[in-house]
Amino acid sequence: MKRIIKKVFPQTIPVMAGYISLGIAFGLLLQSIGYGPVWAFLMSLFIYAGSAQFLAVELLAAGATLTHIALLTFLLNFRHLFYGLSMIEKYRSTGIGKIYLIFGLTDETYALLTGYKTPEGLSDKSNFFAVTLMNHLYWILGSVIGSVAGSIIPFDLTGIDFAMTALFAVLVVEQWKTNKNHIPAISGFVITVAALFIFGADNFLIPALIVMSVALLFMKGTLSREKSNE
Amino acid sequence: MNDKYIITVIAVMAAVTILLRFLPFVIFDHGKQLPKWISYLGKVLPPAIMSMLLVYCLSNINFVAGNHGIPELICVGVAMLIHSWKRNTLLSIGVSTILYMIIIQSGI
Repeated sequence: MKRIIKKVFPQTIPVMAGYISLGIAFGLLLQSIGYGPVWAFLMSLFIYAGSAQFLAVELLAAGATLTHIALLTFLLNFRHLFYGLSMIEKYRSTGIGKIYLIFGLTDETYALLTGYKTPEGLSDKSNFFAVTLMNHLYWILGSVIGSVAGSIIPFDLTGIDFAMTALFAVLVVEQWKTNKNHIPAISGFVITVAALFIFGADNFLIPALIVMSVALLFMKGTLSREKSNE
Repeated sequence: MNDKYIITVIAVMAAVTILLRFLPFVIFDHGKQLPKWISYLGKVLPPAIMSMLLVYCLSNINFVAGNHGIPELICVGVAMLIHSWKRNTLLSIGVSTILYMIIIQSGI
């Protein structure tokens, strides 16, 4: 157990920095509309989706209807539909615990598990569970700290959540070095930026993901041929 | 404050999120060989999604006002340069994040 944590922990440090600081921000915000640590804990335990939880604070404060909440959560988390596609084969032999792995498949867990290989001397299964569980704990811990003590933290953490942006930047470089073919990375970038300009910052992820998948499927002939030549 | 309301909200948000995360497995994970196009998408999507998530993190920058997103762009550049040079995740993320915090907190 100790050995697993020791090997997996370094990979998760950027997520720790990001989740704890964003969790603190979330806990503080939730506290500000009158819901304390128990609620921060329950939300981070059961919803476990960062951007949706920030939205939840606004919705709770406004007393939004459940239909409205369900619809917005659906739109905001729609991208998770696409993450599973890369994990079906990886998660094949993980047994009953697969349910937890799927439950905990956030942006960052997905990024770590597809971006890095399992550390030397560990089974894929222990790596998947350790990364998923540690990330979940960081998020819960951050939100409870924020709720209980967010307003008395003595140092200025402004900007520490940039660690998460930096993590994705680093993983783009990793993917670039690992894959000989750069068409998926380039199309992902170009299509997302185009979607951002066309649909605006609030609505671009779903069209970007759909166009990206269709474009990649159209290039299946060329891309699979080159893949098998590697 | 209304406990019943927040409990229902948590349940609804959790259910929708769980549904989205489980759906690909419910549809395609039947122990058989995956349809070829799904297996292919599963392999080519990660690099595309990584680019997408990076753009997503930067999508709320206001390029026409404030500091024009210059600190973000510089620090993303620094992270990528250091990473292509040393390929040490903690070094790349540590240096760029600390640099970002210094720039933002000093209000340059």
